[in-house]
Amino acid sequence: MTDATPRCFQDVILRLQSYWASKGCAILQPYDMEVGAGTFHPATTLRALGSKPWAAAYVQPSRRPTDGRYGENPNRLQHYYQYQVLIKPSPPDLQELYLGSLAAIGIDLDLHDIRFVEDDWESPTLGAWGLGWEVWCDGMEVSQFTYFQQVGGHDCKPVSGELTYGLERLAMYVLGIDHVMEMPFNDPQSPIPLSYGDIFRQTEQEYSRWNFDQAETEMLLRHFEDAEAECERILAAEEHDASGRRIVMAHPAYDQCIKASHLFNLLDARGVISVTERQAYIGRVRALAKRCADAFVRTEAGGGGGTA
Amino acid sequence: MPDLLIELLSEEIPARMQARARADLKKLVTDGLVEAGLTYAAAEAFSTPRRLALAVAGLTAESPRIVEERKGPREDAPEAAIAGFLRSTGLARDALELREAGKGRAFFAVIERPGRPAAEIVAEVLERVIRTFPWPKSMRWGAGNLRWVRPLQSILCILHDEAGASVVPLDIDGIAAADRTRGHRFHAPAEFAVTSFEDYATRLKRAFVVLDPAERAALIRAEADNMAFAAGLQVVADEALLAEVAGLVEWPVVLMGPIGERFLDLPPEVLQTSMREHQKFFSVRDPKSGKIVRYVTVANRETADHGATILAGNGKVLAARLADAQFFWNNDLRVAGSGMTAWIEGLAGVTFHNKLGSQADRVDRIARLARLIAPRVGADPDLAEQAARVAKADLRSAMVGEFPELQGIMGRYYAAAAGMPAEVAAACEAHYAPLGPSDEVPVAPVSVAVALADKLDTLTGFWAIDEKPTGSKDPFALRRAALGVIRLLLASDLRLPLAEVIDIQLLDHEIRDNLDTEEERDLFRLHDMLDDIAGRGVIGAAVEALTERLAGAPAAQVEEGSWLDRLRATIPAGRDDLLAFFHDRLKVYLRDRGIRHDVIDACLALPGNDDLVLLVRRAEALGAFLATEDGENLVQGFRRANNILTQAEAKDGVEYSFGADPKFAETEAERALFAALDRAEGAIAPAIEAEDFAAAMQGMAALRAPVDAFFEAVQVNADNPVVRRNRLNLLSRIRTACLAVGDLTRIEG
Repeated sequence: MTDATPRCFQDVILRLQSYWASKGCAILQPYDMEVGAGTFHPATTLRALGSKPWAAAYVQPSRRPTDGRYGENPNRLQHYYQYQVLIKPSPPDLQELYLGSLAAIGIDLDLHDIRFVEDDWESPTLGAWGLGWEVWCDGMEVSQFTYFQQVGGHDCKPVSGELTYGLERLAMYVLGIDHVMEMPFNDPQSPIPLSYGDIFRQTEQEYSRWNFDQAETEMLLRHFEDAEAECERILAAEEHDASGRRIVMAHPAYDQCIKASHLFNLLDARGVISVTERQAYIGRVRALAKRCADAFVRTEAGGGGGTA
Repeated sequence: MPDLLIELLSEEIPARMQARARADLKKLVTDGLVEAGLTYAAAEAFSTPRRLALAVAGLTAESPRIVEERKGPREDAPEAAIAGFLRSTGLARDALELREAGKGRAFFAVIERPGRPAAEIVAEVLERVIRTFPWPKSMRWGAGNLRWVRPLQSILCILHDEAGASVVPLDIDGIAAADRTRGHRFHAPAEFAVTSFEDYATRLKRAFVVLDPAERAALIRAEADNMAFAAGLQVVADEALLAEVAGLVEWPVVLMGPIGERFLDLPPEVLQTSMREHQKFFSVRDPKSGKIVRYVTVANRETADHGATILAGNGKVLAARLADAQFFWNNDLRVAGSGMTAWIEGLAGVTFHNKLGSQADRVDRIARLARLIAPRVGADPDLAEQAARVAKADLRSAMVGEFPELQGIMGRYYAAAAGMPAEVAAACEAHYAPLGPSDEVPVAPVSVAVALADKLDTLTGFWAIDEKPTGSKDPFALRRAALGVIRLLLASDLRLPLAEVIDIQLLDHEIRDNLDTEEERDLFRLHDMLDDIAGRGVIGAAVEALTERLAGAPAAQVEEGSWLDRLRATIPAGRDDLLAFFHDRLKVYLRDRGIRHDVIDACLALPGNDDLVLLVRRAEALGAFLATEDGENLVQGFRRANNILTQAEAKDGVEYSFGADPKFAETEAERALFAALDRAEGAIAPAIEAEDFAAAMQGMAALRAPVDAFFEAVQVNADNPVVRRNRLNLLSRIRTACLAVGDLTRIEG
């Protein structure tokens, strides 16, 4: 057991990092692209595919342009952090491991009421779904717990167990903070104490304005089509390079899929996508994700073939 | 006689699936045991969030030994036939017996199947049940291929009697059955062994698990009621929520907390819905003010601080949720205060159905129809139209966006806030009713007008685009809409011939459907037709009137294949089909009220069957009459008359329908029947005209004795052709008189 409660946001993150490191996960760094959720990180989406074992944990900055509230809403942000754990095959004691992580960030399991409440997860853009729960702590959702069944249209074999923590909300709960902007980011006793608001209030305002009013939709549309075309081109390329090495470019193609997905989210925030078009765009991104998954399972990391 | 105990321990089972899973486990296992030759005295299934359990009492220890004898080929049969018999019986040649059989000897096989021990059968059945369990959704986990609702952790399976318990040997993908289980996830996670069902239930309770969901529900109910009562309050009953919450906890601990002062002015429906949907809280009401002032939550554990931390956390989440609700409510009230115009205009941007236009289009149609129906139901047409125009406005409100189940209810609050008349506000909520069978049926005229218009527009719309319910598929709840119309009409005793409103609404849909076609010019004229149908009652006459007006041409010259020509066929066909759908729903509805479907069929043959209230009155009167001795006998007489007539008409190639004359009557019974028919016809026709169906039935009843006497005394097919023809014509009068109250040929029995 770790001592007492954490003092600040980064304390919660650091404790999760060291907890999952102690349980044998590779602690990865965030993916260097704009994504809507930690699931988009190739360490989850692609590594959930194929037969090779995997265990990774990481923080993923995530962007949801439509959730921007100019930094005024106590809980909603267009940029926030998720903590993501993916273990394949899912270990039989994953629930216990998860509960241990709550204890590690200062939630006293003897005083709180932790519940696993049915919540099936589905990502229409990734062509992925799984069964699991949202985890409640005294009535508040603190995590998403999912056994992946399918990703990119492929059955997950073996099955990965995925844990997603909404870090701001979880930390606010642990620290007893009501408004996210008031949450201490570093130790409040530090020589230069910084709150979440010190770091992000201004960016929330700037991005909210850009997301909702300023982003150039013609350009975004063009970039969406470019990303889509490049993804398809990469995947259509001959599998062997000029010197005869077989190199399937699943990851570069998947980067383009991530781009298309984020561009769609931006277009959505700008309100230029109608209800009927929405489904069509989601379908286009899903088609890319599916083809990237098809490519990944032909690679060595995906458990298929490898270099020739 | 051993007892069987099974427990399947898993990660958390969704609450909504547990009841069905209990029933399935019990049925599949006991069916499997019985099929394998075992019998049992009693079985009961239980569930908690983490376990499914089944206790089977008084199981036979083994299945019976079965001896089967089969006769094979004759002694002298070809070798191939004998070899075939050996194959099919699985016996060796010297195990066959030769016995006398008729004119010679034949081979006989005596096949003996020994009894099998219960354990072997249980293992086989349980494995099959686990591998094929009908979960609504199941999953794989880890590296295995087994499917269960969530990862299956252990199997407890024992047979026990006075001598002790033994584990049923069974291994499913590495999970070996044992006599062990675990208690509550936090309070008592250690493994322990059990020796019987009683031992199991007792030890579980000691390990903070209440096995029986009914017991957990009862505990929650009692504790919540006590807590509320002690504070002078009462829990708002919610059986569905109670069942769900009982499925979320193994060790229910009831806690009651306050709702922040600043939220108490939210409408009680909003508090209740937000608390139930988001947090599975019960609402607690102050009986004096009627307001919801506290909540009850059910935790899954005891704590050293008696739930203080849990309650504080839940209270915090609730405050955040209610702050959202309050934000929606205040914003919505601003829009409502300015007459809801922003919402009403916004409905143009909401698709109702891609072939039926936007919600705004729909509101237009409903408003026109509500206005038209209003005088028929005693409502002010202006109010009915106004109500129809605002009834769907709340679909654009933030609150309904968040809680779709509050549609209508919020409409009522917002219409009132907009200063609209009370009838209009009431209709905003009531026009959705009746939904469920226990739902109250609105009777306030404005509400009735809008409710009817809404449902009729939906039905005609989906009929117009040919999206009718088929089999078990009814995605747009059209059966419920039709039943709603029926219940609305009957509850207020409304005389509304449906054919006419259906025609009008079908035409309206046709107009919208074709707005983009080249005939657009004519469509505006078609709108005139709506009024014509309202005036003339049927589409045919309206089409003719309209074409005459348009072209000065007689209706016969409507151009073949043109719009009007097509409508003249499609609208009546759609209307008849939809009416038949109403009649089917009506039969189902009346069957539950003890009116036979054949009685309704008989009444459907009469004109005016689109007036459902009239139809029901007729059916009730005819049904009551047929239940009497007179009625039953008269139907016999009618059948006899009808049979004789039908045969004679077929044989003679003529219709006997006119000209019966008492002067050719030869017997007293014949003359008496003439007199009775004169009286009955004189009584029945005016009674029917006046819709006094009881009196019409009395007229019918008076026919019974003379008809019986006539058949007793008279030979219809007399030798004298004149007498015969006269009698046949007399029978025809019986037939006609009877058919006036319904098509009695449809009566069964």
